[in-house]
Amino acid sequence: MTTSWTAIASVTVGVLGTSSIDFTSIPGTYTDLCLKTSLRTNGVGAVTYAFMGMTANGTTSGYSDIHLIGNGSGAGSFSNTGAASYRQSIITNNSIGTANTFSNVDVYIPNYAGSANKSISVDAVNENNGTGAYAILSGNLLSNTSAITSLSIFQLDAQTILQYSTATLFGIKNT
Amino acid sequence: MAILDKLLRRNTMSEVATAIEVNCATGEVTERPLTAAEITQREADAVAYAAKKAEEDAKAASDAVAKDALLTKLGITADEAKLLLA
Repeated sequence: MTTSWTAIASVTVGVLGTSSIDFTSIPGTYTDLCLKTSLRTNGVGAVTYAFMGMTANGTTSGYSDIHLIGNGSGAGSFSNTGAASYRQSIITNNSIGTANTFSNVDVYIPNYAGSANKSISVDAVNENNGTGAYAILSGNLLSNTSAITSLSIFQLDAQTILQYSTATLFGIKNT
Repeated sequence: MAILDKLLRRNTMSEVATAIEVNCATGEVTERPLTAAEITQREADAVAYAAKKAEEDAKAASDAVAKDALLTKLGITADEAKLLLA
């Protein structure tokens, strides 16, 4: 079996920043999707990280998630049910953190065009030149069987995604 | 709405909340203002998330107090408790 990756679309945020990055009209011709992000946002509070949310098809209910998290000095887990988005999996660097650094996140979306509920897995880290940077592994579920044709990511504190943040959507095909 | 006001006041990079939208079929990238529905949802998400964070912070503070009280009751330090559990 051969696996091919195709960059479907990519966005780099401009100088004014943005509230969300939306991928629309996602073709249903791939086996899986992978969204790779490098993000920096305004934040709330004296922490160097923040969390993003992601919705599929504009759906704002029926999400649940579970996470493992570590920050170099401690580790833990947490979960959400009844959420309005794939929540607290995609991490972002806050603007009060180390200048010019961005988070790194892989979101894997298997069988996105199928008729099963839509599970995703997320491998995410934020970057910080100091003690305390977070790594998160997450499993998320959207209890909705519609094929995913659009994705939207946004900061959960309703803050701005900053310049030079990037998001690239890949289509993965097994042949 | 005080929490929301606080959140939105810090959103100073752009006067109007916008979305960058990329059409994967055509490759066209557009920047557009959020719709009224999107703004409402964004505000609701922020309020819900702030409430959840406040709940988690309160639980963490409560757990820390309970932990200290238990250590005091047992007459041992946190390091000694770790040894017991190792």
